Amino acid sequence: MADPSYPDDLKYYQEHDWARIDGDSATFGITWYAQDALGEVVFFDAPKVGAEVSKGQAYTEVESVKAVSDVFAPLSGEVTAVNESLADKPETINEDPYGEGWLVKVKLTDPSEVDSLMDSTEYQATLD
Amino acid sequence: MTRYTSVTDADLSEMLGTIGVDSVEELFADIPASLRMQRELSLGPGLSEQEVYEELKTLAARSTSAEDEVSFLGAGMYDHYAPALIDSIILRSEFLTPYTPYQPEISQGGLQAMFEYQTAISELTGLPVSNASVYEGPSAVAAAGYVAQNTNDRKRFVISRGVHPHSRECVRTLAHAWEMDVVEAPLTNGVTALEDLTDDVSAVIVQQPNFLGAVEDLTSLANTAKQAGALTIAACDPLPLALLKTPGECGVDIAVGEGQTLGNRLDFGGPSFGFFAATQALVRRMPGRIAGETKDIDGKRGFVLTLQTREQHIRREKATSNICTAQALNALAGVIYLSWLGRRGIVELVELMLQRTAYARDRLQSIEGVTLIHDQPVVREFAINLDAPVQRVVARCQEQGINPGYALGRDYPEYENGLLVAITERRTKADIDRLADALTAAIAAERTTGTRKARA
Repeated sequence: MADPSYPDDLKYYQEHDWARIDGDSATFGITWYAQDALGEVVFFDAPKVGAEVSKGQAYTEVESVKAVSDVFAPLSGEVTAVNESLADKPETINEDPYGEGWLVKVKLTDPSEVDSLMDSTEYQATLD
Repeated sequence: MTRYTSVTDADLSEMLGTIGVDSVEELFADIPASLRMQRELSLGPGLSEQEVYEELKTLAARSTSAEDEVSFLGAGMYDHYAPALIDSIILRSEFLTPYTPYQPEISQGGLQAMFEYQTAISELTGLPVSNASVYEGPSAVAAAGYVAQNTNDRKRFVISRGVHPHSRECVRTLAHAWEMDVVEAPLTNGVTALEDLTDDVSAVIVQQPNFLGAVEDLTSLANTAKQAGALTIAACDPLPLALLKTPGECGVDIAVGEGQTLGNRLDFGGPSFGFFAATQALVRRMPGRIAGETKDIDGKRGFVLTLQTREQHIRREKATSNICTAQALNALAGVIYLSWLGRRGIVELVELMLQRTAYARDRLQSIEGVTLIHDQPVVREFAINLDAPVQRVVARCQEQGINPGYALGRDYPEYENGLLVAITERRTKADIDRLADALTAAIAAERTTGTRKARA
């Protein structure tokens, strides 16, 4: 498992989700803290491409050896891609939460929502 | 306070005093008066144990047990022989008394029984994953529908008219809550006639053999469903699966069914269990729990609950199933029965039924006033039409100690005088000959009466 880290180039949401913003698109995933709390992830229930997601609403589930947990959208938009490789290797979410363990790519409907997210320092402060 | 007697007046006032309430009545104050009965239950004075026994004995004598007549009743529950071995095992308190295992690994025996059961169901259905059982057949069919809906998010079920009426009713009840539409596929010569499906069909639900006893062409039905991107759900009678092509081989996605015929007596309709097996792709959406085999820290074989994460006691609002206590004891009877029969025994049993059913069908259709409702292949049950009022024919046969079968008219108005006849291994050739004689006489008598009435 990776060491704790909260990259500076990402935006964070209080439900332990991150977003990598790229213009009016974003990639979503869960933070190191979230994957650590979940334990070994055994299943990622991928949403369908084209699904609408809304900020603060659960858009999918991850299942770990401990529990099934909702994953919340840090921003609103439409799913344009899902990480297919997680179907066979869901543990990638534990091993590389910010890289190969990304969950979905989303075309944002309201890029101004980005301003409401936390940066790495702010997010880490919520973890104490 | 003792465990088995009610509280005394002193106990009661002490308890009420502790919580600061004046009367028991006050505890129900939150329930609107309009919803309350506003009177005492009309119960008679208390009876002694001996008096209760006598009363219950009198009530019990009003029922007719399948043991008291030569019964050809089936229609979903069947009079098979349950060997004494089953009771001798399931009545052990380790199996009989435990409640739902919230800490399941503590009971390795219980988990192993589940694991063996799942293996047997998986082999019978030809599908890779079986759960550790559900309540009973009809709710298993509905639960399978929910899995389909969850998988493809489509809005419609196509359910064959050959599916057990209770299952169809159960699917309709739950589909309503899921805001889904249910369309019925008709039967032609006893089997499901499936038209081209629209692309909003979530699942096609059929039964094997169907309610009229006919063996369905599952492969063709599953193909039609697959072409429309729908799942195929087959409600199966588990014993005939020993001879028929398995649902898995036919392309069925979910095979469910009533488990009563596996080692559970009729017991006036239950309890029994339902089985639920599916393809690997659907494992995460399956209801209930799955036991798995693993190795412990010392490398020894052990059993764990591999999957139960979507159960109601863990995540109530997101649960995909509500099966906690399950029917583990009835399912245990099922796996004991299958082990008792063995791989060869189950085939021999079903072949025996097949032969006797063929004999019975042949005998009955040669009776004047009897025609077949369909001529499809059958395993243990077949449907006939009587040229006489079926209820009266049944009553006449019952006077001879024979229950000739299930009158279809209640569920199928189109077969007003239809009769569904089931032949288990408990019905001998002599029993079938008696049935044929009783039916011949009863139909002839009713037709004479009918003719007389018509003349008068």
